[in-house]
Amino acid sequence: MENVILEVKDLTTKYVTRFSEDVYAVDHVSLKTAEGKTLGIAGESGCGKSTLALSLMGYYFAPLHYISGEIRINGRNISSMDPDEIRKTILGTEISYIPQAAMNALNPTQKVIHFIEDVIQAHNPKTSKKEIYELARERFEILGLPADVLQKYPVELSGGMKQRTVIATSVILCPKILIADEPSSALDVTSQKMVIKMLRDLMENGFIKSMIFITHELPLLYNVADDIMVMYAGQIVEQGTAQEVVFDPLHPYSKGLMNSIIVPENGARGVKLSAIPGTPPNLKKPPQGCRFAERCKYVQPTCKTHEIDLQESEDGRAYRCAFSQNYLRKAYKNG
Amino acid sequence: MAEEKKPCLCGSGLTKIYGTGVQKNVAVDHVDFDCCQNEVISIVGESGSGKTTLAKMLLGLTKPTEGEIYFQGKKRDISNMKKKKEYWKRIQAIFQDPYSSFNTFNKIDAVLLDCIAMRNGKKYTRAKKIEIMEEACCFVNLEFDELTNKYPFELSGGQMQRLMIARVFILKPEILIADEPTSMIDACSRATILEMLMKLRKEIGMTIIFITHDIGLAYYISDTVFIMERGKIVESGPAEQVILHPKEEYTRRLISDVPKIHEEWDLSSVKYG
Repeated sequence: MENVILEVKDLTTKYVTRFSEDVYAVDHVSLKTAEGKTLGIAGESGCGKSTLALSLMGYYFAPLHYISGEIRINGRNISSMDPDEIRKTILGTEISYIPQAAMNALNPTQKVIHFIEDVIQAHNPKTSKKEIYELARERFEILGLPADVLQKYPVELSGGMKQRTVIATSVILCPKILIADEPSSALDVTSQKMVIKMLRDLMENGFIKSMIFITHELPLLYNVADDIMVMYAGQIVEQGTAQEVVFDPLHPYSKGLMNSIIVPENGARGVKLSAIPGTPPNLKKPPQGCRFAERCKYVQPTCKTHEIDLQESEDGRAYRCAFSQNYLRKAYKNG
Repeated sequence: MAEEKKPCLCGSGLTKIYGTGVQKNVAVDHVDFDCCQNEVISIVGESGSGKTTLAKMLLGLTKPTEGEIYFQGKKRDISNMKKKKEYWKRIQAIFQDPYSSFNTFNKIDAVLLDCIAMRNGKKYTRAKKIEIMEEACCFVNLEFDELTNKYPFELSGGQMQRLMIARVFILKPEILIADEPTSMIDACSRATILEMLMKLRKEIGMTIIFITHDIGLAYYISDTVFIMERGKIVESGPAEQVILHPKEEYTRRLISDVPKIHEEWDLSSVKYG
């Protein structure tokens, strides 16, 4: 049996806007990550990827509110804990988060080592500066960062270096799960590769046990993740292994995403890119029935009236579409 | 191609040096290049290779330290503001960050009306102006009725980038410089933006200079590719040839750094720098 690190059941969270409207940005999401595995989350801007990441930490502050569902880390339910307790006992030690613009997370007036001291002393106030320095130096060296980075100010580092510094700092307490929210989207391809290599090193060295990787770059996700979850309008529309989702997508939305992949490979030039027409629905008033119906090529009248549940396909994958697997595959083949 | 190739924008010995003395930094180092009419060329390189500096020089936003730029066969003359404005009617740009491309105090109408004015449309009737704006918005799949009286920051990144393209549609320049137009928006909107650029190119027969660090994108979109490393162009040629049969070590590295789906992505060779 594989060792489940994080298990989420039916998590629903909402934003409350200025005008007291409810926006359900994460809508009944269930997921699991096992030890040594990376879960990838894909989807376009505004589909709830980042909100899901924030919700997973159990650290809610307005306008984000928790509604229902369970978050279990190693069997311990954190969804009902109060924020102060979560900050003290969960963040940093159990679950850690790298935000999208991680390079802005460093304080420009402090040296990197001060930043690390802050992180460690928040959890173990008795640790001495010398111990922290030794730990940080050792950790940085394993992760391929020169030790002199510790004595530098953030402005002295390049973008990729800053990003890697933030990652190394966020895992200094060996959290069980690392949530990486678009860690490389502001970097060029060369620095991106270094960041990905570093994330993989973290896993191999056992500094983290499992990772959730969020991005909209599908070729990247395919190379990083073991399993992929596709989100649309706050809901999961498809779940499967990376291989399955990229090469044999079931949901029409996943299929649309796969058609927007650009790679420098022979034969990629002639392929016509096809964008998904339209825009995602306004979640203040989610449409009735399938949320993707408005933009779906294969839409039927019943799609717009019936709520569709996540269903299990014959080979154990989950997708949210009214049609059968065979029907969809045939439809994609015929264009 | 059977049609005759007319050189449209050429640079010879372009150099830009920032700072002096110890601080001296050669951003662009004796670059020669030319692009022909109705061609899509890409300039590819990693961060800090001088791509954007080159684009700024071509746009006339920074003065080259050395070298000349030839526009339509003649030496470019933008010595005064009037000539500069005249030049900008013929060469336009889309920048990387849509969020900072617009003046936040101006409504979207003002942005588009400005473009109409630039095309000597100041004296058009209100109805005619609205017609032009509607046409432009329709071209990029935006609804003018929804945009009017809004401010740019109320739009999403993809919408803003499309609005930039709508501007270009009204201005109909001869050359468009697109500086990483898709790096800040998601993969799905990226396909839309690329599709629109290509449509626009067909519609008004425009030359596109595409600047990117994503070699996959360059391969997909361009006819000719220039690879830049530390301010120098190290390799150039037709996209097929450069990307599928790269000669330079640097080009090979750039290609191997892009995650692929049919070939294995080798992480073991990564050196932390």
